[in-house]
Amino acid sequence: MRKSPLLWPLILIGAILLLNLVLDPGFFHITFRDGRFYGSLIDILNRAAPVMLLSVGMTLVIATGGVDLSVGAIMAIAGSVAAGLMVRPKGFLLASLPVHTIPTIVLAAVAIAALCGLFNGLLIGYAKLQPIVATLILMVSGRGLAQLLTDGQIITFNDPAFAAIGTGASLTLPNPIWIALCVALVAGLLVRKTAFGLFTEAVGDNPRAADGVGIDSRSIKLAIYTISGVCAGIAGLIAAADIKAADANNAGAMLELDAILSVALGGTSMAGGRFSLAGSLLGAILMQAVTTTILTRGVPTEATLILKALLVVGVCLAQSPTWAKRRVA
Amino acid sequence: MKKLFSPEKRPILVTGIICIALYLVGGQMFDRFMTVRVFLNFFADNAFLGVIAIGLTLVILTGGIDLSVGSMAGCTSIMSAVLVSKAGVPSPAAFAIALAFGTIIGAGQGFLIARYQLAPFLVTLGGLFLCRGIALLISRSQVSISDPLVQFLSSPALTVGGGNLTWPTILFVLTAIVMAILLRQTRFGRTLFAIGGNANSAHLMGLSVEKSLVKVYALSGFFGAFGGILFAIYTASGNAIGGTGLELDAIAAVVIGGTLLTGGVGSILGTILGILTLAVIQTGITFHGDISSWWNKIVVGSLLLIFVLLQRALVGQQKRS
Repeated sequence: MRKSPLLWPLILIGAILLLNLVLDPGFFHITFRDGRFYGSLIDILNRAAPVMLLSVGMTLVIATGGVDLSVGAIMAIAGSVAAGLMVRPKGFLLASLPVHTIPTIVLAAVAIAALCGLFNGLLIGYAKLQPIVATLILMVSGRGLAQLLTDGQIITFNDPAFAAIGTGASLTLPNPIWIALCVALVAGLLVRKTAFGLFTEAVGDNPRAADGVGIDSRSIKLAIYTISGVCAGIAGLIAAADIKAADANNAGAMLELDAILSVALGGTSMAGGRFSLAGSLLGAILMQAVTTTILTRGVPTEATLILKALLVVGVCLAQSPTWAKRRVA
Repeated sequence: MKKLFSPEKRPILVTGIICIALYLVGGQMFDRFMTVRVFLNFFADNAFLGVIAIGLTLVILTGGIDLSVGSMAGCTSIMSAVLVSKAGVPSPAAFAIALAFGTIIGAGQGFLIARYQLAPFLVTLGGLFLCRGIALLISRSQVSISDPLVQFLSSPALTVGGGNLTWPTILFVLTAIVMAILLRQTRFGRTLFAIGGNANSAHLMGLSVEKSLVKVYALSGFFGAFGGILFAIYTASGNAIGGTGLELDAIAAVVIGGTLLTGGVGSILGTILGILTLAVIQTGITFHGDISSWWNKIVVGSLLLIFVLLQRALVGQQKRS
């Protein structure tokens, strides 16, 4: 019988929370102030939101047997587009775009992120490039493009409506949590209530067989990399809104690796095929729980990196028997 | 002539032509671009990247990837700087420790990849985190190195036509020659090509796939550490966050040099041409002065795109014929 992929992340999250409870009973303290909850637990979810968003797209990408290295760069592009459209600094490349209200600016930024994803999808689905190489191209040049858009400046903005995307709260919880949950829900419905999820698994599990039964793997990949781009775009907006600035160089740096790690932690095999969106979300929360714990305990933050390294190797080894079987079969 | 234009050699030929063309364009655009001094600086400024890319070429030939080389370089640069400047260890010993560290971490990654058949991408991602974490634990701030050996190595070995032939350049070129011979003339080298072509066939042919993979990742770790030491000599300091993203530059150089990321096809010469192409672009942008530095990333990304599409077309042809 197949064990639930959610088991391990849940156990690990439980263990970390328990550790915190023992070390500091105040860790679970949640207060209600100005119509929203505050507390370490809420903070973990809030901080995990960008990686949760990335991991939704990344799960689908990895399920097709691919990987998307460009999500961090796409975050930077989306943030730069949004900040540029709001502030319209001198030398901004899209200054002629007639987009002025916050909703349309958000749409424009996400649309450009979708275009980036579409570009990846075209290279991988139609030009049949290896996903690592294809997305490496945008990973390398994407930050350059983001800097080109903003003329190398860090654009700061003060629009309260836009900042609310990252720092505001609705219905007692911070907005990033709601955004991440909504995107995850939509993606979940898409893959479990339509045939899309089945096709994705088929393409990832055995591309040749999928072709044989008439699944158009090219369009599936095109759609999935576009979805990943959209998720990265939204995450980029949250990251920019959070600090009220678009930093083309540092926004989303290394987050692609965190997203891949979340997916691996959530039990999705790197070889493609079966995937678990909920597992990836838990993986993202688990990593943030570890990071927050390390920060609040005053342990040097470098320890986070070493822990992540151990987690990667641990997850790999846990998946290893399946790998061995796959290779033999 | 037939051999020169064989499908595997075509990408190298194209890279060579593009590299020379870019160089000529640079020469037309800027005075003093085509001087010995600038030419030698292509090597001097990229020696650390060069040795890393050579190690990575071997890994990619087997169809694997090593993402940890950039942070390995950062880690060993700060490690040797702290050992020399803070702990008073003589620099040859410090460098030996750094190289041993790189080799051991690399071999460990190789063991996990070969023995448990794990994804190289993920294992070396772990290595990336581990090395960066260790580097930051050693020291968060930049540490300068001054030591007789370091001073000697950072002074020019030879002055030719107004340009400086530096020791890192010499080490880089020597590394390239030794590894090119190793790759073409030894059993180990040919095994790497066989693994990249088809690991199962290589195994069935009786080649020691597992051992070779451990060795190749150990070598990549060694060259990552070597690159870190050259980086420390080049900047006369160690920096824990140095070498961030260096793995991407190295991968770009390898791909532009015509090595297939699927493994089995590639060469050291191609990688050197890839490095030179990157160096020409970077130098051209610096010479121009008005072009912003981010164009470098965009141009490298576009070149990468052109080359992989080209490779794709060539491989397609090969399969059909």
